Amino acid sequence: MNRLALLLALLGAPAWAEPDAQALARLVHQDCGSCHGLSLKGGLGPDIRAVSLGHHDRESLQAVILDGIPGTPMPPWRPLLSAAEAAWIADYLLKGEDE
Amino acid sequence: MSRIARFLGGAAPVALRATPPRYFGPDERAVRRGLGGLAFLLASVLASGVAAQATGDLGLVVERASGALLVVDQSERAALGRIEGLGDLSHASLVYSPDERFAYVFGRDGGLTKVDILERRIVARVMQAGNSIGGAISDDGRYVAVSNYEPGGVRVFDADTLAPVADIPTGGKTIGLVDIPGTRFVFSLWDQGETWIADLSGKAPQITKITGMGENPYDALVTGDGRTYIAGLFGADHLTALDLWQDPPQPKPILPGYAEGRAGLPVYKMPHLEGWALAGTDFALPAMGQHEVLWVDARSLEESGRTAVYGQPVFAMARPDGRQVWVNFAHPLNDTIQVIDTLSKQVIHEFKPGPGVLHMEFTPRGHEVWLSVRDAGRVMVYDTETFEKLREIEADSPSGIFFTARAHKTGL
Ligand code: HEC
Repeated sequence: MNRLALLLALLGAPAWAEPDAQALARLVHQDCGSCHGLSLKGGLGPDIRAVSLGHHDRESLQAVILDGIPGTPMPPWRPLLSAAEAAWIADYLLKGEDE
Repeated sequence: MSRIARFLGGAAPVALRATPPRYFGPDERAVRRGLGGLAFLLASVLASGVAAQATGDLGLVVERASGALLVVDQSERAALGRIEGLGDLSHASLVYSPDERFAYVFGRDGGLTKVDILERRIVARVMQAGNSIGGAISDDGRYVAVSNYEPGGVRVFDADTLAPVADIPTGGKTIGLVDIPGTRFVFSLWDQGETWIADLSGKAPQITKITGMGENPYDALVTGDGRTYIAGLFGADHLTALDLWQDPPQPKPILPGYAEGRAGLPVYKMPHLEGWALAGTDFALPAMGQHEVLWVDARSLEESGRTAVYGQPVFAMARPDGRQVWVNFAHPLNDTIQVIDTLSKQVIHEFKPGPGVLHMEFTPRGHEVWLSVRDAGRVMVYDTETFEKLREIEADSPSGIFFTARAHKTGL
């Protein structure tokens, strides 16, 4: 499935749907990566690898992802991602797993 | 050229390629196999086989996930081979030496790599910073400059050896680095909202600082004549132009309040400003946070129109003759291309090449365009008049496409 179709499907997906791990991991590296670097070591946005996220927990990360950081280029992802997906990404970043 | 080479005539350089281009028809392939034998003989006669390969219609495609470059031939519409081992190539760009033999590749991981297109190998590589964003080569081909996010500033290297020549700390991230005539580079400071001109024609770099460019410049372009520098701003509702023929240049806001009264959409990918903005008598510029391409009269810098488009534009690139502007879009609408007619400023064509259209590159005279379609793992070649797809070339997560003809253009 292409990503647009996937995201549109996710937008309409019921809250209990399991996040699609593979698609989300890809989104983190490709689309978060356009500002944070493909390997998340930083770019216009800061390093968001686990080692640099010590000041965050799952909830604070989920909130940053959903609402962005107003006044900075960090955009709110709420229009594209569900709360469950943002939580999945928060866990993924904190675990520091790689593709 | 040796007598044998002359005897083989025009076919010789083609047959000399180490790897035959893909996608030949069966007949052509047989002919080439025949020539291959001759070429082998010829290669042992000539001191170096690569000497007979012209580079004027070659190019490089960045394969961002695998840290490789695909060497392509624009006239054959084919991949010729790969250069590997370049590190993190997300957001990588490159420039060419004046002789179109070498490319300087600016990697996200701070790597600066010089590659030989003919021998398809890395010639030199330095890790010059922690995190970099792009670079430029001076008009005389002597210096390569790199713009850095981490630790910030600009560093300049000798184009032959990649030995460091100058370090220009700025106290923050630098963006929009371009070359202009007079062995000068121009770049902007994200945090301070300044543009600096570094003159490297003398012994030590001379810096001219221009303040008041506006909040958070995120990218910039210079026109092909090296005169007009335009910076896009993240933190303000306009762009800022500099006339580099003035001394000192004065910042001039252009398109003031272009998004006034309209909510800015979340920006999932920053637009790119590139030296392909001039279309006829206007510049075509991607709007930030709006589904629009903005038009500015190239002389007066007054707004001359707007074109509503499908999504937030990432690149708005004029075909080299300026007659059309091709636009791609930010995530999640990055499967689509729209083509705008410069005279009417209307969208005249829309199509979906596939998921993740990251970059476009026109052939030097614009008869064809190459598109990298990342998630399809393909580069696609289209006729720009009929919009017919002419070829698909396999590539591993392709992003930037760069033809060697860029070597002779200011600001690319
Ligand atoms: C358009 C550019 C852009 C995109 C795309 C983007 N970010 Fe960011 N992000 C930023 C910037 C810039 C900051 C720093 C903001 C500041 O100045 O505080 C940031 C900050 C963050 C932070 C806070 C880091 C810290 O140390 O507190 C997290 C976490 C983060 N981003 C995660 C993500 C994730 C996950 C995605 C993808 C779903 C993403 N970002 C996509 C630009 C971006």
